[in-house]
Amino acid sequence: MILLDDGCPDFAGEMGEKTGIDFNRCLQCKTCANGCPFIDGMDQAPNRIIRMIQFGMAEEVLKTSTIWVCVGCNTCSSACPMAIDIPALMDGLRHAALDRGVEIPEPDILNFHQEVLNTVKKYGRTHKLEIMMRYKLKKMDLFSDMGVGLKMLKKRKLDLTPSRVKDMKAIEKIFQEP
Amino acid sequence: MKRSSRNLDPGPSSGKLKFSFFPGCSLKASGHENTLSLLKFCQSMDIDLVELEDWNCCGSSSAHSIDKRSAKYLPMRNLSLAPRGVPLLIACPSCLLRLKSSFLSIKADPALRRDYEDFFEKPFDDELEIIHFFEIFNRVDLKDHMEILAGTLKGIRVAPYYGCMLFMPPDLRYEKSHTGIIEKSLKSLGADIVSYGYANRCCGTYLSVAKPDIARKVVNEIIFKAMEAGAECLVTACSMCHLNLEIRCTLDNPIPVLHFSELLSMALGAEDHKKWFPRHIVDPVPLLKKRGLLA
Ligand code: SF4
Ligand code: SF4
Repeated sequence: MILLDDGCPDFAGEMGEKTGIDFNRCLQCKTCANGCPFIDGMDQAPNRIIRMIQFGMAEEVLKTSTIWVCVGCNTCSSACPMAIDIPALMDGLRHAALDRGVEIPEPDILNFHQEVLNTVKKYGRTHKLEIMMRYKLKKMDLFSDMGVGLKMLKKRKLDLTPSRVKDMKAIEKIFQEP
Repeated sequence: MKRSSRNLDPGPSSGKLKFSFFPGCSLKASGHENTLSLLKFCQSMDIDLVELEDWNCCGSSSAHSIDKRSAKYLPMRNLSLAPRGVPLLIACPSCLLRLKSSFLSIKADPALRRDYEDFFEKPFDDELEIIHFFEIFNRVDLKDHMEILAGTLKGIRVAPYYGCMLFMPPDLRYEKSHTGIIEKSLKSLGADIVSYGYANRCCGTYLSVAKPDIARKVVNEIIFKAMEAGAECLVTACSMCHLNLEIRCTLDNPIPVLHFSELLSMALGAEDHKKWFPRHIVDPVPLLKKRGLLA
């Protein structure tokens, strides 16, 4: 394996341990990149993420938009000839990015995930209307995309009241810091 | 859903299929027309569904992305609530992946099993069967119902849309695949299946909120290709896909998007669709009238 001088030689080992992926298996065949529906929104192709990990480019990888734009649709992993679980890798990289406190290039996506979890914490289930409202507030952008929001309300695609779990103690326990 | 009069034990003489039903947040709190038509379909097929008592969100992509602890325990709690001996039926493809993958990891990992049993204070049920809604088509002989109905959907040109649901992560790649279920069942009812090359293109899921431009592009592509191939409607099997295809499409005069369960129920003669179709952004009623499915 080639290591860059200023790279982080343990990064592949560390991520391998966290995600159970052996990066040496990757053939760099680009099947993943060619099939990914959202590659236009990424700054690095999924196969390149793996190559960068092999090179120990920890910081560069953790700052890519790719790890946030990936939705985990498994288009890539179900076609990967080496059965590499790319969505699991992206999950692991997102956790590492948050743990290390690097700057997140896709704040809107992170904001969305946080608002989803906020409603799950509160009700045990997601509450779309609240997610959208709070997401927009935090983004300080109430008016773009208004048309779609109104259309959804008109077609009653956004329930006004949340659906709730009864045993909220059990949900609290799940969200408690250990 | 009524729970009271229903008994989980099928009893010795009853051949009726019974499932615990996990709706998931998308069906429960947004895609009501999907839930209603799915319940209607099961009722017409004489299948008993009992909603999983007090189920919670599976954690979806958000827990997996930013919170390991809830990503682990949210699906587990649902497993712990499932009654023994009754298959757990899940209609949402991503909830299914989360629950199934949680189930298989616990089964394979003794430490995780201990963790589960300590946390929920009950033994793990190794035998729990977790199945997708499509599995019904492998268990019920639809012909019983469909022979008389063959031709009901005659002439309607349908583009099946699976989104990412047929793609499995490596640890689930030996699970049963449901490729072709929509085509096979709708064809047996007389529909014309349109092939358009985008049936497995992911809908963009939450990028629809956080990156609307990206979602708009894939959605338009999918619907455009279906229209170009001559489809009169798209049929989805996931509530989230349905929502994205509807709200992110900016094409002129797009074709309607129907839930698989809606079209099935219509073929089986459902009459309570008044609550379903007004919830669609592109009204499917003119098409259904044209094809004789609605008076
Ligand atoms: S498809 Fe698999 S083997 Fe090929 S480049 Fe992508 S991760 Fe590597
Ligand atoms: S899982 Fe991520 S990288 Fe793979 S195809 Fe889907 S969006 Fe692209």
